[in-house]
Amino acid sequence: MKKYIVKRLGLALISLLLLSITIFLLMRITGDPAVLLAEPGASAADLDAIRQQFGLDRPLWTQYVSFLTHLLRGDFGQSFYYRTDVFELYLSRLPASLLLASAAMAFSLLVGIPTGIIAAVRVNQWWDSGGKIFALLGLSMPSFWVGLLMILFFSVYLGWLPSSGSGTVFHLVMPAISLGWLFAAVHMRLTRSSMLDVLGSEYVKLARLKGLPEALVISKHAFKNALIPVLTLAGINLVIMVNVAVVVETVFAWPGVGRLLYEGIAFRDFPVVQATVLLGGVMIVVVNLLVDILYAVIDPRIRYEG
Amino acid sequence: MNGSAASSRSASAILTLPRRLAAFRTEGFPLIPIAILMTVMLVALFANVIAPHNPEVGVLGDRFRPPAWQASGTIDHLLGTDHLGRDVLSRLIFGARISVIVGLTVVIVAGCLGTALGIISGYLGRWVDQIIMRITDAWLALPVLTFAIFLAAIVGPSVSNIIVILAAVYWTRYARITRGEVLSVRERDFVRLAVVAGCSKWTIMRRHILPNVINSAIVLATLQLGQAIIAEATLSFLGVGVPPPQPAWGLMLADGKKGLMAGYWWLTVLPGSCIMLMVLSANLLGDWLRVKFDPQLRQL
Repeated sequence: MKKYIVKRLGLALISLLLLSITIFLLMRITGDPAVLLAEPGASAADLDAIRQQFGLDRPLWTQYVSFLTHLLRGDFGQSFYYRTDVFELYLSRLPASLLLASAAMAFSLLVGIPTGIIAAVRVNQWWDSGGKIFALLGLSMPSFWVGLLMILFFSVYLGWLPSSGSGTVFHLVMPAISLGWLFAAVHMRLTRSSMLDVLGSEYVKLARLKGLPEALVISKHAFKNALIPVLTLAGINLVIMVNVAVVVETVFAWPGVGRLLYEGIAFRDFPVVQATVLLGGVMIVVVNLLVDILYAVIDPRIRYEG
Repeated sequence: MNGSAASSRSASAILTLPRRLAAFRTEGFPLIPIAILMTVMLVALFANVIAPHNPEVGVLGDRFRPPAWQASGTIDHLLGTDHLGRDVLSRLIFGARISVIVGLTVVIVAGCLGTALGIISGYLGRWVDQIIMRITDAWLALPVLTFAIFLAAIVGPSVSNIIVILAAVYWTRYARITRGEVLSVRERDFVRLAVVAGCSKWTIMRRHILPNVINSAIVLATLQLGQAIIAEATLSFLGVGVPPPQPAWGLMLADGKKGLMAGYWWLTVLPGSCIMLMVLSANLLGDWLRVKFDPQLRQL
């Protein structure tokens, strides 16, 4: 067990190292990093000052070491636009992102799990087909387009919901649905297949042989076991949601980290862009690591395979 | 039972063509998705012949004109005009070209790269395998969209950059899946015979392994076509994809946002519908191929 965790930890560190190296190298290969790090319209003297400050005249590997030590200290630089520490800026935007992701997750689970179960219990009936169409649409429509359509319908035509901003529950409805639909589709498909697996298992057959009513078999015996993989995936997806919310947050002017990334690109605020991508990567790597360890705790076979 | 079978046989004698079409449907042959994809490809290929107007030049006096069937619409602009007076239909037609080029190239480049690495990794094994798979795993752990946005933001917006960026983030799954298949294929007798016959490693990988793993790569490529198209639209929508004034569907949605609150629905509904139709078709085709080629790939 200890050996397995150490190994996974090592892999996660390699991932993070690779991420930092890629970002570091790309900045230097694709042009003059001083131009990226300087404010738009900086003078030649300013650029020189930045080269001095970041040691861009030194050899590449010493530059990387200082880049990495800055990151490890939580020093991601200053935002040009907001004139504050980028890391603090990121942390100040994170709660809004988590709120949106939680709402989208709640929507995706409330829709995905029941439809998945009904689809599995009534295979190849109209409900199953309906669920398939719902899932296919969720996988085929860009989330930001769903958002735009909802704005058009519920804000412009009907005037029911606010088209942008945050603050009330009403502001949360449309962003949560447009972000959550894709995930509802994913959770529905997984619930359906997991439920089908469980319904074919021996203990469900036994429960049926005992003469339990079908509703009880499904709700007590099958449901709980079918839910384990879905909830695990939901945990990973919550973090992924924070990172893919950038377009939805842009459409609805939701003040989360995705919107921060968009602003960073729009204002050419490079430190903000770099920090958002790096921290997003760290979050995903850490969650993947936690899930791997959790799986190993639940299922001992995994410890010996990997 | 017999009676109904006989009557359906006699019915089939009369209604041969519809019966044949029905047979296609029951096998799940994705006729409509393939027709849609073919149409999009043809439209993309002959965009400059079909499009009624120049997609990049508009008449400002004609801005925000609704589609022809609405009150102030004109036949000249069948699907209306955008905020610069450009013809929406022509932009949609030329937009198909960008979606097709980006989607297909990304999937082909990523597929070739990933499959090649997967075969090398799986067949050579040992330290080569270790290195390639560690890199693949590390790459798989990165947030695809934010990473693509980051890349796009530093290298600047252009169609060729989008292709390189998306190919760079999408190759990993091909490598993972191909490697897994190679591990079982390389233990088969025909591979061992080829080794005994003195074939070089290169020949074995190319002539004996590749044909046995290519199906999965094709299925994955079809399923990824839709993802690549959505990713391109997303990057363009955010302003780090296809640069204006080129007519990409994602870019049209970004422009369409300007007329959204005024209720200019056609600027939002039409480009998005094109994206959805194409992605939906690619997904349906991919699902069908997956079941057809290899039921073991259900978890893809």
